[in-house]
Formats: sequence, C-alpha cells, structure tokens
Amino acid sequence: MDLELTSVRKAYGQVVALDGVTLRARANETVAVVGPSGCGKSTLLELVCRLTEPDAGTISAPKAALMPQRDGLLPWLSALDNAGLALRASGASKRDARAAAHEHFEAFGLTGFERARPAELSGGMRQRVAFLRTLLAGRPVLCLDEPFGALDALTRSQMQRWLADALLQEPRTVLLVTHDVEEAALLADRIVLLSPRPGRVVETIEVDLPRPRARTDLAIVELRERALTAIEQKELA
Amino acid sequence: MAAALLVLLALAGWEALVRAEVVDALLLPAPTDVAQALWTDRAILAEDLLVTTGEVVLGLAAALALGALLGVSMHLWRPVRKTLRPLVIGSQAIPIPIIAPLFILVLGFGLAPKVLMVALVCFFPVTINLYDGLRDVDPDAQKLLRSLDASRWRRLALLEAPSALPATFTGVKIAAAVAVIGAVFAEWAGSDRGLGHTLLIANGQLETARAFAATALLFALAIALYGLFALLERRVVGWTPRTAPRGGQ
Repeated sequence: MDLELTSVRKAYGQVVALDGVTLRARANETVAVVGPSGCGKSTLLELVCRLTEPDAGTISAPKAALMPQRDGLLPWLSALDNAGLALRASGASKRDARAAAHEHFEAFGLTGFERARPAELSGGMRQRVAFLRTLLAGRPVLCLDEPFGALDALTRSQMQRWLADALLQEPRTVLLVTHDVEEAALLADRIVLLSPRPGRVVETIEVDLPRPRARTDLAIVELRERALTAIEQKELA
Repeated sequence: MAAALLVLLALAGWEALVRAEVVDALLLPAPTDVAQALWTDRAILAEDLLVTTGEVVLGLAAALALGALLGVSMHLWRPVRKTLRPLVIGSQAIPIPIIAPLFILVLGFGLAPKVLMVALVCFFPVTINLYDGLRDVDPDAQKLLRSLDASRWRRLALLEAPSALPATFTGVKIAAAVAVIGAVFAEWAGSDRGLGHTLLIANGQLETARAFAATALLFALAIALYGLFALLERRVVGWTPRTAPRGGQ
C-alpha cells in the first residue's frame, strides 16, 4: 500500500506549519523530506503517524512507526528493553519482547550491550537501538525524524551506510526527515524539498541511482548541489 | 567526617556553656547530662522509641498508599483532579495541634489516631511530587508511545510511572523527615506512651535532661528513616544524575 499526502495543511494557532503539501511514497521506497529548520518536517511525520490531524487535505497511509528526533530511549531501560519497547507497548510480555529484540542484536552490532542503559551507549549505538525499536513495531512505514542529527560527522556517515544496508535487508517504506541534503541523496529514492515556514513543496527530485551510493559519486555531488541551489533560491525569494 | 566533627565541636561548646553556668542547667542540660539520661532511662526510652517508631512507620506506609492513590488518580482523571487538588492543598493548612485532640476524641487513645496524624502530615509531599512527576515526561517518549498505540495503562506503567520515580522519592524523603512531628503531636493530644508523651511529661516535671534525651531519639529516628529511603532510592532509581557516584571536582 502506498503512502500518500494530498494538499495537506496544518496550522498551530496563527503559525502555519505546512501548507498544501503533496507527497507520495510507493511501498518500500525511501522518501527524504529536506528543508530548513522550522519548515514543519516533524509535523509532517506526526501527521503520518496519526498523532495529529490535518486541518485540510487528506492522508492515506498504512500504519507508521515513529523514531523521534532525540532517539526517545527511556533512560531506566536496558538496551534490550528499549529495543523491545514497541512490543511491550502493544501488550507483549517482558520476556517475549526481550527475546524478539535479542534476535537482532548481533546484526545491529549491539552484542554485549544488552544490559547497558542508554547513558552507557555511544551515540551511534543509541540510534541503532532506537532504529531497532522502530523496526520491531512491525509497521510497514517508518518515520525517521533526523535520525543522525545529533551524531558527529564520522559516526553519521557510518550510520548512513548502515541504515542503507539495514533497509536492503528489511525493506520498508521510509519517510526520512533531514536537513542534510547529502544524507537525502545517499539514502532516498525521492527527495522532497520544503520551503521555510509555512512548509510548501518546492521541488521533488527523483533519485534514480544504483546502490550502494558513496558521498563522492559524481551524481551524488551534482544532486546535492542541485537541491541546495533550489532551497537557497527559495529562501532568497 | 566533617559533619561528625562539627557536631562534636558544637557539643563541646554547649557543654562548656552549661558548665560555666552561662545558662541554667534546668533550662538547657549539658550534653553529658543528656547522655546520662539516655543511659539511666534506657528501659523507658527504648520502649517509647519502639512505640513511636511503630506509629511513624505505619503512618508513613498509609501516607505512601494514600499518596500513590491520589497522585495517580489525579493524574489520570480530570474530574478527580479538579475535585481533590484544593482539598489536598487545604489539608496542609490544618493546624495539627488543634486537630490532634479531635482525632483522639473520635478514634480513642489507641494506635489509630497516631497513624492518621502521621499520614496527614506525610501524604502531601508524596502526592504532590508523584503528581508532578507523572506529568514531567519526555515529550518525545510520550509521542513515541502514542504512535505505538499503547493503552492508557501501558503508558502509565511503561513511561509515566518510571519517569515519576525520582520526584516521588523526593516526596517520600521529605515525608520521612517530617513524620515524627505528626506522631509527637498525636501523642501529646492523648497517649500514655511514646517519645512525644515522655517529652511532654519530662517537660512538666522539669526533667529537661530526659526531655532532651527523648528529642535526641526523635532526631535519630527521622535521620534513620530518611537514610533508609535515600538508600532505597539509590537502588531503585539508578539512572538519574543524583544517584550517580560523585566525583571530587
């Protein structure tokens, strides 16, 4: 089932967060939503996750799982329990949730950290635990809100490669919100550029490039420049 | 270490003042006199301590149960919140020495009025800190659980209750420190035993050394209870900065 937003508008009081946003993702596609801070990107994900309703327009989407901007890990839970949180939220026992989460720990490079609390994990590990939690929710759509925004440049590029691999293993429809144009070019099948508030779609760029992609690929570099130019022109206008 | 030194220094100064007869020993007994009273009256005082400790512990337990019930139901249900919040706050404006005789009158001289007085003093910090703690939840985590379609109870159990634990412990520690006040007032209003009772009688008989000995035991009881909950806090709430081992910066 496809994910489709048509002419969606959302305002908070006087502040219009999104205005006339139309966006589409086919099953197992990754769509990146790129735009400057405060352009309503997070609102877009909240709408898709049904945390809030649009003022106008329609949203048709399968059930979506949210990965909030600052990982949303619970500080009192171990890595294993954090990863299994989605299962516990839907009524699974602690034991079943742990067993299900543990199956993925090796593939996620988390072996040996099962009992570690978030404060004891590195930034990259925290994001992997948060991503595993999102994945285990078992929803067809993943809404990732700047998943690597808080990481240093080196870890971020490792994690981008890692996410691309993980999605090849477990294909999902992904809505990736980011302010990093390069990240979008590396990961997405389509890039949707949003204007500053109120967020409107400036341009939609199809990224028809083979995977794996590298930052230094000429096509990626060109794409990045094209997207940046489009955003800058809009900001100046 | 420094605290023990400070106490020793204060005691030495106090002793010197009384010995030099700067103050009347009838009004302020010397620490050595208090120590002597603690020893000679040990049989009575030990029994009193046991009685008062029983009242305080039962009262605290009642306060915890009541505080948990009120805090959680005020958090979950708006009508309960609207109805009870003013009453909960108002309950703390009741002057305890005035209400204590009424409790005795209605409930008799037994254990019940003492437990109730302690609970009345102690439930407030527990309730308010728990209630505030339940609302003080990371908004991202709240969104996350709502997006996962967690039921109201699941959200309470998985997110809000653990988030509220550190604040609740603060409330419980405050309650532990003030609990003895409730017990003493209740014993004053009507009792034939307990540290508060002995304190009152000793005062009337100008047995100030014994009165001070009883006070010293109340002091120790409050500290012991507080310490017990602080210890429990370290075990239960191991993830907050406050329970982390402190470096000597």
